[in-house]
Amino acid sequence: MTQQQPKPASIDWLVLTLYCVFVIAGLLCIYASVYSETNPDIYDMDKNYGKQLLWIVVSAFLGLLILLVDEKLFYAFAYGFYGITILMLLATFAIGAEIKGSSSWIRIGSFQIQPAEFAKFGTALALAKYLSGYNIDFKNWKVKAISMAIIALPMAIILLQNETGSALVFASFSLVLYREGLPGWLLVVGVLLAVLGVMALLIKPLYIIIGLAVIAIAFLAMVRRTQLLVFLTIGIVIFASAYVSSIDYVFENVMQAHQRTRINVLLGKEVDLKGAGYNVQQSLIAIGSGGPIGKGFLEGTQNKFRFVPEQSTDFIFCTIGEEFGFLGSLLFISLYMLFLWRLMVMAERQRNKFNRIYGYSLVSILFFHFLINIGMTLGLMPVIGIPLPFFSYGGSALLSFTILLFIFIRLDANRVNELKSFE
Amino acid sequence: MESQIKQKILLGVFIFIAFVYVIRLLTLQIFDDSYIRSAQNNVLQEQTIYPARGLLMDRNNDLLVYNDNIYDLFVTPEQVKNLDTNAFCEVIGITKQEFIDRFEKIKRQKGYAIYRPSVFEKQLTMATYARFQEMLFDFQGFDVVVRTDRKYKYKNAAHIMGYIGEVTEKMIENSNGYYRMGDFIGISGVERTYEKELGGIKGVRYVLVDSKSRAQGRYKDGEFDTVAVAGKKINLTIDQKLQELGEQLMQNKIGSVVAIEPSSGEILSMISSPTYDPNLFVGRDRGNHYMDLLRDPSKPLFNRPIAAPYPPGSIFKVIMSLIGQQEQVLYPNTAYGCYGGFNSGGLHVGCHAHGSPLPLQGAIAVSCNAYFCHVYRTVVNNPKYRRVEDAYNKLYDHLASFGMGRKLGVDLYGEGTGFVPKATYYDKIYGRNHWQALTTISLGIGQGELGITPLQMANATALVANRGYYITPHIVKSIEGKKNPNPEYNVKHWSTVDTSYFPVVINGMEDVVNHGTAYIAKIPGIAICGKTGTAQNPHGKDHSIFFAFAPKDNPKIAIAVVVENAGFGATWAAPIASLMIEQYLTKKHDTRPYLVERMMKGNLTHKPILNDSTATKTSKH
Repeated sequence: MTQQQPKPASIDWLVLTLYCVFVIAGLLCIYASVYSETNPDIYDMDKNYGKQLLWIVVSAFLGLLILLVDEKLFYAFAYGFYGITILMLLATFAIGAEIKGSSSWIRIGSFQIQPAEFAKFGTALALAKYLSGYNIDFKNWKVKAISMAIIALPMAIILLQNETGSALVFASFSLVLYREGLPGWLLVVGVLLAVLGVMALLIKPLYIIIGLAVIAIAFLAMVRRTQLLVFLTIGIVIFASAYVSSIDYVFENVMQAHQRTRINVLLGKEVDLKGAGYNVQQSLIAIGSGGPIGKGFLEGTQNKFRFVPEQSTDFIFCTIGEEFGFLGSLLFISLYMLFLWRLMVMAERQRNKFNRIYGYSLVSILFFHFLINIGMTLGLMPVIGIPLPFFSYGGSALLSFTILLFIFIRLDANRVNELKSFE
Repeated sequence: MESQIKQKILLGVFIFIAFVYVIRLLTLQIFDDSYIRSAQNNVLQEQTIYPARGLLMDRNNDLLVYNDNIYDLFVTPEQVKNLDTNAFCEVIGITKQEFIDRFEKIKRQKGYAIYRPSVFEKQLTMATYARFQEMLFDFQGFDVVVRTDRKYKYKNAAHIMGYIGEVTEKMIENSNGYYRMGDFIGISGVERTYEKELGGIKGVRYVLVDSKSRAQGRYKDGEFDTVAVAGKKINLTIDQKLQELGEQLMQNKIGSVVAIEPSSGEILSMISSPTYDPNLFVGRDRGNHYMDLLRDPSKPLFNRPIAAPYPPGSIFKVIMSLIGQQEQVLYPNTAYGCYGGFNSGGLHVGCHAHGSPLPLQGAIAVSCNAYFCHVYRTVVNNPKYRRVEDAYNKLYDHLASFGMGRKLGVDLYGEGTGFVPKATYYDKIYGRNHWQALTTISLGIGQGELGITPLQMANATALVANRGYYITPHIVKSIEGKKNPNPEYNVKHWSTVDTSYFPVVINGMEDVVNHGTAYIAKIPGIAICGKTGTAQNPHGKDHSIFFAFAPKDNPKIAIAVVVENAGFGATWAAPIASLMIEQYLTKKHDTRPYLVERMMKGNLTHKPILNDSTATKTSKH
């Protein structure tokens, strides 16, 4: 069989178009956030928009390259990529450069790359390959355990690098596992545990435990008691109590001061307008002052005059909110949703498991970034420094998201031939 | 099948989150306006543009007060980099410890921020500013802001012009936020009464600043900016040359001079001695100078002409002559004998030797005490009134119509009322119906409880010169070229004495100067009408008092001079008044150099003359 080049018609042009729109819009937002009337040159390589432009060119080139290679390569070398990214992560401990309190960067010339970004697609490939293997049944507990281990390994290394935000992104793989057969109640339990965890930070654990006991007694009084139900209820209360106590212990004794502050500010327990709260406050001011139609491109005073910290990276959405207002923000969210929906449709139409699982990994990662990043600028999520895919300034992020996306486009373009090649 | 449901659930979660975020955006961007204000607070900085304060000129357009630049040194701590502290301290003239203390102090101030400019040193001297400017590049984070302060061309008329100073917190509160910390405001004199006109209107400029408070441009191209309106130019009624001569004549004496143009009520000159150099209230030592002046026992800050009450002494006889005639108990030909004074029962009021008996005109000329005791007695014990109180109250009303015992309404801050006792005052001392003319006889010759301010004396002289009316004395002639800005100062206030009673009194006053007690004040060719006063007082030697107007017909100047504890009215007050009349009417005062010399050298402060007076001591500006 000759090498299967994708026909232009089989490439998903909607996704590709949206990718281009996002990348260009992102560049303009980065330009707006550091724009000064005295230096309007967008090609200035000293400025981050100039560097971003360079990264876009590199990404486009890489994207094209991916479209041209044989898609079987990704399946064949999935574990290889995973291994490489894990090695890169480990390498940061040896040759990592310390930037802003995190040692997750590797310096190459005047650029720095962040292996944590690339670990996402390595993990996505590995997970997809493992779960699409022969005789792999997700109902098997061993399969579940190995899947989780694949996810947990890079997550743990990144946590050790002090990059809580990037580590949390790996939680998004739980959505993939859900799609592949993880029972829904487990996710619900996960969400409940999260709610209980937040409550543990807000209220003294003792009160929560007392509250849980009261609810349990009330529950038992109302239902027809069987021995099993009584034991089960008592077991749940004991487990929840232990969980709440341990959350409190971790918060007080394991977490670092700046992490505690961020969480406290988010929970409204602490108003710190100079520190972590300042970012959120300024972000809300920038977005809120945009009004219905915004102040116009390059007219946003809050962004232009540097009131929003990290505005070209984590807080890039502020520029959209301020300069294009509610309408612009609505358009952005709609396009992003359209993008996610389209990717999900693409994932569902795959005929082999590997492609589908990989597609869902991509969707989950993008959604998680959207959830946290936009929620953070709107003051609904903790200030966790993760970028907005395709928009935020940063070469590693743009490159890794481009690779992640284009591999899927490449896989999808070949779906017609899949019957022949696999089954 | 199950997987399709799961896909729908996942999609549902995505849409739910998107929906929550859209709702959040809706509240932030559309329903809540507060973020727009917060954004403006972030980037908009209000800069005040200070208007130039109005100039002050004399009646002949001679410039008296103008504005001068002062230089305040500001520091923005965040921008201070690589500062050579030693060099900096040397230029500013402070020690390293002071430098550290200064920074500590700045940090404790309200509203301090590392990125905001704070005052480091107020009002640098010109020399310091020049040196600093050369080295500005070495002192990053420091900046000099230029403001204007007053500068006085002459050392004269300090009390009239008053001074400006920084607003107090109370003034800021009362101004509804117009004034800000560090603004200048008129504290006394014309600067205070005409603050509104002189102060102008501050302008505002809105500047966009970045998060470090660095200016980035104009807000909406200056659409909301307002222009500062400069203060108005004010012409005072005083004649600078006359004022200068008067202050020279009054040096080393304590007392007052007030000269008024009778036909207009314009104050031509007003001297409070001892005075001070108005430039003392300029610059960074103004506070120290103020404290020095406040501690000075001769009270140079006290505005004597408008606030200090003196017993008028014999000049009061002129007033009594007019009131007596109006009350029809005195006629030009009424004559009383003088036997070395006034005797009634055990009461004796002494008098000096002169011809006797005399009619009214002659009695004024020689200032016969006995005569005016008789006049006072007939006025107060007038049988026309049922009770003494009624007659006395009538006298009180007459005096009030001459402007005595009440504020005249001059446009200066701190005017006093003087003191004319009411009938009830004597009721309290002696009991109702237990007093009469003889009990209060000293009032007849301007002694006793009577207290008249020099301004009131000059005003009464103007009234006599006008044969029956006065116009409220005032100090501002025109504002921005507009004459008589206050209509109140055009009104003729008629006294209760008929015009027909004035000529005989005025003739008597002319005799006083021609061949009476104030012969020394005579100027050939100018008909001066005056009256001396020698007022006894509890503080020591008699006050030397003289009031006069000239020329007799169509008078141009009315003047009152009080020299405290200086003896006879003719010795000091009359020559000073005479020289000032000469200066004003002939524009020179060189015909009697001996008199000028005696007046200027006379030291009546009862302390040795220091090398120079306070005023000249500090006039190195």
